[in-house]
Amino acid sequence: MSRHTLSVLVENRPGVLARVAALFSRRGFNIESLAVGPTESPDVSRMTIAVEVAELPLEQVTKQLNKLVNVLKIVELDPNATVTRELLLIKVKADVDNRSNVLETVRLFRAKVVDVAPDTVTIEATGDQGKIQALLAVLEPFGIREIVQSGMVAVGRGHKSITDKSVRSSG
Amino acid sequence: MSDTNAQADAGAATGTPAASGERMTGAQSLVKSLEHAGVTDVFGIPGGAILPAYDPLMDSKQVRHILVRHEQGAGHAAEGYAYSSGKVGVCMATSGPGATNLVTPIADAYMDSVPMVAITGQVASAAIGTDAFQEADISGITMPISKHNFLVTNPAEIPNAINEAFHLASTGRPGPVLVDISKDALVSETTFRWGDELRLPGYRPVTKPHSKQVREAATLMAESRQPVLYIGGGVVRSGSADKLIELAELTGIPVVTTLMARGAFPDSHALNLGMPGMHGTVPAVGALQQSDLLIAIGTRFDDRVTGHLPSFAPKAKVIHADIDPAEIGKNRHADIPIVGDAREVITELVEAVKAEQAAGKVGDYEGWWRQLNEWREEFPLGYDEPHEGVAAPQHVIQRLGQIAGPDAYYVAGVGQHQMWSSQFIQYEKPAHWINSGGLGTMGFAVPAAMGAKVGSPNSTVWAIDGDGCFQMTNQELATCAINDIPIKVAVINNGTLGMVRQWQSLFYNERYSNTDLETHMIPDFVKLADAYGCHGLRCTSPDEIDATIEKAMELNDAPVVVDFVVHKDAMVWPMVPAGTSNDLITVARDLAPAWDPEV
Repeated sequence: MSRHTLSVLVENRPGVLARVAALFSRRGFNIESLAVGPTESPDVSRMTIAVEVAELPLEQVTKQLNKLVNVLKIVELDPNATVTRELLLIKVKADVDNRSNVLETVRLFRAKVVDVAPDTVTIEATGDQGKIQALLAVLEPFGIREIVQSGMVAVGRGHKSITDKSVRSSG
Repeated sequence: MSDTNAQADAGAATGTPAASGERMTGAQSLVKSLEHAGVTDVFGIPGGAILPAYDPLMDSKQVRHILVRHEQGAGHAAEGYAYSSGKVGVCMATSGPGATNLVTPIADAYMDSVPMVAITGQVASAAIGTDAFQEADISGITMPISKHNFLVTNPAEIPNAINEAFHLASTGRPGPVLVDISKDALVSETTFRWGDELRLPGYRPVTKPHSKQVREAATLMAESRQPVLYIGGGVVRSGSADKLIELAELTGIPVVTTLMARGAFPDSHALNLGMPGMHGTVPAVGALQQSDLLIAIGTRFDDRVTGHLPSFAPKAKVIHADIDPAEIGKNRHADIPIVGDAREVITELVEAVKAEQAAGKVGDYEGWWRQLNEWREEFPLGYDEPHEGVAAPQHVIQRLGQIAGPDAYYVAGVGQHQMWSSQFIQYEKPAHWINSGGLGTMGFAVPAAMGAKVGSPNSTVWAIDGDGCFQMTNQELATCAINDIPIKVAVINNGTLGMVRQWQSLFYNERYSNTDLETHMIPDFVKLADAYGCHGLRCTSPDEIDATIEKAMELNDAPVVVDFVVHKDAMVWPMVPAGTSNDLITVARDLAPAWDPEV
């Protein structure tokens, strides 16, 4: 078993997310992370899906995904040549006594404060999974009130684009 | 209907496809679209949400609607119709329970790759998601069991959805497509437009095989010493039976035909070893197990064929050709994967083999055939005649096949009678054997036979059914009697759920928990036939079998139901117990062939 990141280009139509998600579940695969959003073409959405799965079942799930009529293209991203990001919002306990300590951590991680209340600070952070985990570990002792985290988005390094061809053919 | 209505409808749905650009309701547009798609027969039942569509349907001169008695019957009829006509089968139902009653046939068509379009009414779009009366999320429900589906709420999209549904159902790997149309889309006005470009950018089935792969396959075939052509239903769907004969005769390679492919290669042909799998022939099962090369075409290494997968055909390399790339390597690694339509694959293989042979590379299968012929001689299909004048079910089915002949269609339910029908009827033509293979749907036979008869009205259509199956869907006898669809039904009546009883005999210590239907007493199938306006015949002894079948063959003015009372403890042999290796095939209780299993 290893972690794989799939970029899936789909038609921007109602129900497509349900089709993709249901396919993973009925073939017995657990989606670790999922992010869906628009692309440069209004007809096309892009899903970034992270799965923990062995090589052979991954091939099968990719083939099954390709059979979905609304799926345009599937690319497995090479972990060594891919930029990945997750977005995290954390509400941390912080009062007059320890607020400066919290803000120091925010600065160290190049995160941002997006809201301040008398006894909490809300922090926005982006990065890969490693950075996000490290930040959480440091903030933990202050007392975390609430965490919300996005799915991972990923894009291959270099000049190539996976959307070129499929966007043309759907247009 | 009032005169004004009749006039209004006459303008829109007149039978001949109208030019694009005409104003009409979504319902009229639906009927027009079906006409443009070439539909001549629809099986269905009206109800609230689909009702607007039934009004213009009444005036269509092209589309005949056959009113069934249960939506499941409509779905299976569409499947049987697709087999015998070669066209896309069409069924129609209303929202909620009408649609959910189609779930079983849709799942059935999905498993067996049957081209089918199901049209359902949906509650008005404003009511969707409110748990409205007769609302069910049928597109959500059928997502995992259909090739694709559409939810249409805009009347302008109806023609495209229908056009795309027929394209999807009939091309690539065929399958069921559902079009769910909200009631407001059916009643609102729209401008009819047919023939827009298909908007299916993500749908590009590969039909032409890679020629390098085909050449490598031909080389491997010439080098192998124990090859087998392992043929599946894809060969029937692609209409490549003639090409298969050419390939088999050119190479001299033995052929096995799966349950879905019975008839894809003539049973009378010397190269045919019969059906492989759980109830396959010893030569067919043995050939796969001992083979050094499987040439698998249009088949999916189903568990009923392979048995325990790791011990299946352990010495064989695999050439696997299928139109669905997801089937290749799903269950068994393919040494040479070929994605393509079976007809194109076989056609190119023939050419590649000819080129190999011209270069002097001809396969030598003489030793292989010696072995295969030994198995053939030693283990022919057979059955025990039961004691004291009771009819053997195998005997009934065998005689039925011999009397009705290879031009008839044979439609089975699921269970022992299905297996005996696959074994003891000699199939010579593709698509003349119609059954529920993948899903194993009891109750398939009567409605599917009805559809097959509508699709091929001049052919004899025999439903061979069990007494358990028959009681699940026999209300369609009324549809058949009223609409002049004279099918013939052979109920192989052993009074029990026979296949389940067989497993109880073999694996549950003869404890017959809930399998005795007592059908010899209730119901009386002859009276039931009579009540449905059908001819009812009964045959209770082996001496009457031929005369009863001949009598049934003569009755063509109404459907015929024959109650064949047969031996209760007859079993389907050979058998590979579920989940075990094919090497453990038993020919009859306690009798097994001897070959050296590899594992």
